[in-house]
Amino acid sequence: MMIDPIALFLLLLSASTPILFAALGELVVERAGVLNLGVEGMMIVGALSGFATAYYSGNAFLGFAVAALAGALVALPFTILTQFLMSNQVASGLALTLFGLGLAALFGKPVEGVRAPTMTAGPLGLNWIVWLGLAMVPAIWWFLNRSRAGLILRGVGENHDAAHALGYDVRRVRLAAIAFGGAMAGIGGAFISVATVLQWTEGMTAGAGWIALAIVVFSNWTAPGVLAGAWLFGGVTVLQLRLQAAGVRVPVQLLSMAPYLATIIVLVAISARQKFSRRAGGTAPGSLGQDFHALR
Amino acid sequence: MIRLVPRTETSALWQIATPVMAVVATMLAGGLLFAIMGYDPVAAIRTIFWDPLFGPAAGYSRPQLLVKAAPLILIASGLAVGFRAGIWNIGAEGQYIIGAITGAAVALAAYPAPEMWIFPAMVIAGALGGWAWGMIPALLRNWFGASEILVSLMLVYVAQRIAAWMAFGPMKNPEGFGMPGSRNLQQYPAASNPELIAGTGAHWGVVAAAAAVLATWFLMSRHIRGFHIRAAGIAPRAARFAGVKPQTLVAFCLGLSGALAGMAGLFEVAGPAGQITDKVGVGYGFTAIIVAFLGRLHPVGILLAGLLLALTYIGGELAQLTMNLPAATVQVFQGMLLFFLLGFDLLTRYRITRRATA
Repeated sequence: MMIDPIALFLLLLSASTPILFAALGELVVERAGVLNLGVEGMMIVGALSGFATAYYSGNAFLGFAVAALAGALVALPFTILTQFLMSNQVASGLALTLFGLGLAALFGKPVEGVRAPTMTAGPLGLNWIVWLGLAMVPAIWWFLNRSRAGLILRGVGENHDAAHALGYDVRRVRLAAIAFGGAMAGIGGAFISVATVLQWTEGMTAGAGWIALAIVVFSNWTAPGVLAGAWLFGGVTVLQLRLQAAGVRVPVQLLSMAPYLATIIVLVAISARQKFSRRAGGTAPGSLGQDFHALR
Repeated sequence: MIRLVPRTETSALWQIATPVMAVVATMLAGGLLFAIMGYDPVAAIRTIFWDPLFGPAAGYSRPQLLVKAAPLILIASGLAVGFRAGIWNIGAEGQYIIGAITGAAVALAAYPAPEMWIFPAMVIAGALGGWAWGMIPALLRNWFGASEILVSLMLVYVAQRIAAWMAFGPMKNPEGFGMPGSRNLQQYPAASNPELIAGTGAHWGVVAAAAAVLATWFLMSRHIRGFHIRAAGIAPRAARFAGVKPQTLVAFCLGLSGALAGMAGLFEVAGPAGQITDKVGVGYGFTAIIVAFLGRLHPVGILLAGLLLALTYIGGELAQLTMNLPAATVQVFQGMLLFFLLGFDLLTRYRITRRATA
């Protein structure tokens, strides 16, 4: 079996794009101290709205714009629950995923079985969205580590009470972060339906949102780490598809487990490193997953 | 200006009132959604929540209530125990699928033996399979600190693929003319899980669900381990000083909920579903999370919440038949229900007062 390494790398870039977007978005959300387990739900809503827009308008780029908007909008109930009604973030995120999956299935019926318009390819024959995703990595790194707004966001995530005492609006920062995370997840989902599969099927994100969550842990909450994680996942996916195509004597169903198993293995390895070494660098943001309730 | 004041103790009144409010709000919001989609909202809500129990076809749909509620109650009882301790098993769907497979494996291996022990052995195998699948995230959390949320969820996707592999490979019915799917266990008397009392829908899974409600009630309110679980959920550090071992609790809670989910899977595959296919998992594991919350993580609440969500399943099917409503409506309803419940929960933990001066 001959595989051109460059072609393989280009495939990997494509395969990792949905996860890259979703995980970069969740990275910003978690650095602001919010754990949003609704990534899968926001992705599937993005996948449907992006696909439907691209199909009806004939413009795939418009599809991505609408997917971003829809991803941010569907996160609104989660935002209200966690930021204003002090609901448990784990449960609220799960609710968002269940709600998003149902909503997309409900409104997706009319576009079942139709094809998305083809997109004009960018450099190296890759989709423009792939390049946008790659550009987001340094952009988010710069935002988090070099910009004033990023410093405030990290402060809010590290210790919300201290940030509040300094006069920063914890809620407003988190609202913006959650909306951004939703938009990124929406674009990631749309990439699957509009740029890869070119079709809409129920539940087509197939756990990509959960893998994105695992990659944020893997990344140790850094943007370059997220890229590494997305590429690792993309590599496993591409390899698995290649092996399927090459007709390896392993049942297809078992091969297709590979991305999920790889995620578990990587998650375990990273968690172990974070657990056993005291100087493993940065760990989770201090206020991650905690309610913020300003008494005055 | 409105102001929230934390309560020192959660309000017992609101504990009971908020789930009811959440159901009403879901009906209103659902009606609005139906109106937007061009359906008659009143007819749709009546079809989903009233007709399955009291409508013209109720004689046919009422027994379905217990059939659908049993797996939900069984799974949610186990999940609630873990949630009380702050242990998030989100992968009950995977434990359900594996339980269905290991349980069915016993029957398929014994086929066509007629012995009495086969069905009990299947139940044990189903519980063990679910337990083992639940122990994976438990051990990975205890040994390496890996998040049980993400690991148990990833294992759902792995379990789905194992089910597909079984249906197309090792468990394929040799007399099935090449069709995917195992032998139908309903047609194998020693292995089937039949209706026990005609016309009620009650099968062994219903008996097990009732037993699970009683057992978890006993565990949580009368047993020292239940006290440890509650303590760990409320004040983990204090619980540790009191001698509660977090690792033991993680293994216990994930093992228990896994075993109950595995049993639910077995009862389903030996009864209503009948065979292992690539679609054995139908989402009960996820819906059970809603049941657990809606039931306030309390056994009796879970019993009621399980019946209510079973009603939405049956009503949803009815609405699909009579009004041509899409199947996904039920899922949207369930998601909204959880949203509203979590929102109204504010009232149990905070008092709303008016700020005297701005």
